[in-house]
Amino acid sequence: MVIQAELLDFQAINEAIRSAGNSPVEIHGCCGQRYIGDGLADQQVEIFGTPGNALGAYLNGGTILVHGNAQDAVGDTMNEGLICIDGLSGDATGYSMRGGSIFVHGNVGYRAGIHMKEYGEQKPLLVVGGTAGSFLGEYQSGGTILVLGLHSKDPVPVNNFCGMGMYGGRIYLRAEHLPSDFSSRLTSRPAEEADLKEIQPALEQFCRLFGESMEEIRKKPFYVITPNSSSPYQQLYAAK
Amino acid sequence: MKKEGQIRIPSGCALSGIFSKNGTPVAGDKIVTSIAVMHDRSNGLGGGFAGYGIYPEFQDCFALHIFYETSAARQSCEEFLDQHFEIVNLSKIPTKKVAGVIDEPQIWRYFALPLPHKLAASQLDEKEYVARCVIKVNSEISGSYIFSSGKNMGVFKAVGYPEDVGEFYRLEEYEGYCWTAHGRYPTNTPGWWGGAHPFSLLDYSIVHNGEISSYDANRRWVEMFGYRCTLQTDTEVITYIFDYLLRRQGLTLEEAAHVVAAPFWSTIARQLPEDREAYTYLRNVFSSLLVTGPFSILFGFEGGLMALNDRLKLRSMVAAEKGDLFYVASEECAIRAVEPELDRLWAPRGGEPVIVRLNKKKEGAEKLCQCQ
Repeated sequence: MVIQAELLDFQAINEAIRSAGNSPVEIHGCCGQRYIGDGLADQQVEIFGTPGNALGAYLNGGTILVHGNAQDAVGDTMNEGLICIDGLSGDATGYSMRGGSIFVHGNVGYRAGIHMKEYGEQKPLLVVGGTAGSFLGEYQSGGTILVLGLHSKDPVPVNNFCGMGMYGGRIYLRAEHLPSDFSSRLTSRPAEEADLKEIQPALEQFCRLFGESMEEIRKKPFYVITPNSSSPYQQLYAAK
Repeated sequence: MKKEGQIRIPSGCALSGIFSKNGTPVAGDKIVTSIAVMHDRSNGLGGGFAGYGIYPEFQDCFALHIFYETSAARQSCEEFLDQHFEIVNLSKIPTKKVAGVIDEPQIWRYFALPLPHKLAASQLDEKEYVARCVIKVNSEISGSYIFSSGKNMGVFKAVGYPEDVGEFYRLEEYEGYCWTAHGRYPTNTPGWWGGAHPFSLLDYSIVHNGEISSYDANRRWVEMFGYRCTLQTDTEVITYIFDYLLRRQGLTLEEAAHVVAAPFWSTIARQLPEDREAYTYLRNVFSSLLVTGPFSILFGFEGGLMALNDRLKLRSMVAAEKGDLFYVASEECAIRAVEPELDRLWAPRGGEPVIVRLNKKKEGAEKLCQCQ
């Protein structure tokens, strides 16, 4: 089913998506409509244009593909499924993700992966092809974040305060060195073979989705960042 | 109805800006189309626009846009204006009845020049003279509110959704090199006409999305220098901070941005020695002008536009370019709605000002700059 979004608000778009049952849906001419595909399960939604905030929030399965840029809070609290953005994604991408995967071809804004968590088999994955803004993985407690910094001249693909307040999960940075403000509340090491093996399927999927080359990705080393449990997080904003 | 400061409502906003670097006029309906896409970010309690380069026929005059609650207020204010200005032209601002905009005050526009002998006697420069007159009217003449006072620019604002406000003021009939727009979702205070954005003094105008935690510290500082925060809404103080830092202290825009959205001390500590010294100086001297809390703002001024986020980037903002046109908005969709294909789109970093100015070389820009 094809939905022409030009004159539709988000409610009409979501009703049309649901009316398609389990068959795939294409949305054309999307411009800022929020909440598209929220809470959806087992459906494929392909979007052309610029979907609005909270795309795929509470997603519980299925696939959302975006040909264009996404705005803020993509995949907020998503539980399962796949969101692919062949473009940029805004602030708080993967906010409170608890399962499923988000792949972004380009950059993401501030606070990507904030409050990401995992439980048992539910392990969220956020892969960023470009660079990430400040506060990547802030308060992260589970799941995996990969930032590749492809097509970027910056030696480090993240801005300030990476992993601030992180207490679980992992961040992989493809970088020449660690961020200059790297927190003593975190630990890091150059990725070893076992680490790389772990992220290999995600990297392969990224290359398949966006036509990027694995050879290129391998040209730079990865760092693995985890919380430092012997030196836990202390307040950033004000002393107690 | 209770006004700002008499009531507190706990609760976002929408911003959009268009700037034509070569000075080619942009019609007002384009900014209305842009801000309208973000309808859901506002709640109908305030919408407004600032246009620059819109009054070329009166470019040497201060354009005073005034709300009057009563005819008596108008009489008192006009008496004051007559004592201080030569009024070159006056009229009601043309409006159109729109269902979504009701209870309008009287809305008047005066193209005015300071009376030469009064100006000379005041020993003030022209801008300071006008600023003092504006502050005096807004704080002392009850029911009168000068909401726009720059040259060759004007603010248009009301209670309503921004697209309705644009229609109300017939913005399609104006054209200028720069437009900013605001859709309001008042979070702490009720909406009233004077409390809508933009907030403006002389040619400076501010539209703001966010909430200023440091409001009272900022207010106390600027009130030491003669400003009066008469609206008890937070955005107003940002306008006075920029006026103070730029016009009175002579800081550059970048420096002013680094005062308002100063980096963390930990970030300053990692800078190159020269930058570290400058940032430390600014944070120390103007510590009371640090604006904390979430914000994204568009700051309009004669010949330019600055977009700025708080240092933590707690409000969204994207910028884009297409040829000589610069766009900035809370959401990308507001840019795509008026310019589907862009040369470049990016998300500015928190605390990093994005500044655009008219190209000086081109003929159109020179013409616009002559009025300085």
